[in-house]
Amino acid sequence: MISLEQLTKVYETGSHRTTVLDRVDFRVDTGEIAAVVGPSGAGKSTLAQCVTLLERPTSGSVVVNGDDLTRLGERDLRVARRRIGTVFQSDGLFGRRTAAQNVALPLEYLGVTKAETRRRVAELLDRVGLGHRADARPHELSGGQRQRVGIARALALRPTVLLSDEATSGLDPASTTSIVDLLRELRDDLGLSILFVTHEMDTVLQIADTVARLDHGRIVERGRVLDLLRDPASALGAALRPTRPAAGAPDGSRTWRLDYVSADVPTDWPTTLGSALGSPVSLLGASIETLGGATVGHATVAVPEAVAARLPGVAVALGLTARSLDPSPAPTPTPEQELVR
Amino acid sequence: MSVVNTVAPIATTVLASGTSPSTAYDNSVPWAQIPALVLPALGDTFVMVGIVMAIVVLVGVPLGALVHNLGPAGLVPNAPVHTVLSAVISIGRSLPFLILMASIVPFTRFVTGTNIGIAAAVVPMSIAGIAFFTRIVENSLRSVPSDRVRVATASGASRLQIVRTAQLSEALPGLIGGLTINTIAMIEYSAIAGTIGAGGIGYVAVTYGYQRFDHTVMIVTIVLLVATVAAVQQLGDLAVRATSPEPVRRRRWWRRRATDLPPVAAAV
Repeated sequence: MISLEQLTKVYETGSHRTTVLDRVDFRVDTGEIAAVVGPSGAGKSTLAQCVTLLERPTSGSVVVNGDDLTRLGERDLRVARRRIGTVFQSDGLFGRRTAAQNVALPLEYLGVTKAETRRRVAELLDRVGLGHRADARPHELSGGQRQRVGIARALALRPTVLLSDEATSGLDPASTTSIVDLLRELRDDLGLSILFVTHEMDTVLQIADTVARLDHGRIVERGRVLDLLRDPASALGAALRPTRPAAGAPDGSRTWRLDYVSADVPTDWPTTLGSALGSPVSLLGASIETLGGATVGHATVAVPEAVAARLPGVAVALGLTARSLDPSPAPTPTPEQELVR
Repeated sequence: MSVVNTVAPIATTVLASGTSPSTAYDNSVPWAQIPALVLPALGDTFVMVGIVMAIVVLVGVPLGALVHNLGPAGLVPNAPVHTVLSAVISIGRSLPFLILMASIVPFTRFVTGTNIGIAAAVVPMSIAGIAFFTRIVENSLRSVPSDRVRVATASGASRLQIVRTAQLSEALPGLIGGLTINTIAMIEYSAIAGTIGAGGIGYVAVTYGYQRFDHTVMIVTIVLLVATVAAVQQLGDLAVRATSPEPVRRRRWWRRRATDLPPVAAAV
């Protein structure tokens, strides 16, 4: 479990003060994957580095597994750090060491015996699916493989908390997906609390339970990913939803944006909507997907002007909220409709 | 004086026949005696440079690591100590070796009890070499990506473990490259030290080749020095390649291969 309280980090260069983190409160519960998103320079990396005290916070407390790291001395801090695994953006592998020797690093620092180290390293490399590449040097591995070695190294000392600082940034989509799957699997198997810092919204949807948006050193919005996605008023929810361009509406119809706000929207809602309105519904664009068993998404539809006014009421009954996308009333009443799907 | 008396009549006769005086007073070392003169001197040079380099590495590596880590990007930044230490090293680097050697004679005599010979040469050479190598170590450590230190810290390494695994070990190819440069500089310094009677190949070059105009000895010593430096460089390059993670390819311009050609040309 990670708990940050009133965490503040100020950099001072001469007379110039830059507040990178401004009284941030943040929690990652046991077994939870919490994502932190935000634009470049928002303080995401500093936040991650403050958790292991690689950056010492100016004020505030960092409680990991019950210990306030900011109060620990050098030696105790080293012990506490061993219970936190860190996966770095640029994998951070030591170029002169093989994959196995890289994974062995934390064990070597701890002074684990050679035989025990060998056993544990083999186990870890198998766990991340790289048992056959143990003797490869980092430059012989692909970006995704290097990141897997980094994850294996982070897990070497059986941490309860894992920090991932832009671990999937710069990887191709297939590698990103495989790393995300691996992290979720590890969370399920080992009960890890994972702090996942990223700027990729797609990855947040794939991995996170909760998400917080950091901007100018403050957390401006946070919540469960599903709740945010179902909240049409949420800016972070809107940022998480993939935006898809919609087709133009047929003449004489009104365009509406429908958002999934309930867990049980029927899958045949376009038909249900059509029959309830007594008119065909044109589907102009949509993005619908399942996240952890729950369906989320949004759609852009067009209905004839005559029935448009009744749409919001019918939609709410189906678990959708409707928002009109027309700037002004449509001029001509001649309907020309087509039913897509 | 008796030598002059016996030589003079001969010189007169030779000069009379129109030969140059240098041939008349030819005291150059015969070919047959050159190996006996030069080889032990080369051995002395190796001993001198070997001892110096051992001291340089033993002192220079920890000192360079210390200077790097006292600096702003280091593990224990300490501006005042860093500035003082850095200034001392810069003084050691800035004195011409001949001046350095002469100026520390009292110290040399205090340490070794003498101010001539190999032992006396080792002291100023070590001081110059340590100052040189400290900067090389500092520079090599600076070129190691800073995330290595963060990884080691986050993995629970102590400061000493960080310096050993995340700094020195990662910088090894660079350090060996620097060591090669340093060794060659020390061979050069040993020749300068030769002027204070330190012995070695530089001493032979100066006393026989330079002061006695013995061109043969001069050429032999030059050839030997060139060969020694080339051998040290070759050895250093080999070691750098052996310790580099990625194969350092040496492509010689005169050995082009078909695969080097652009695909179109290869097809033709």
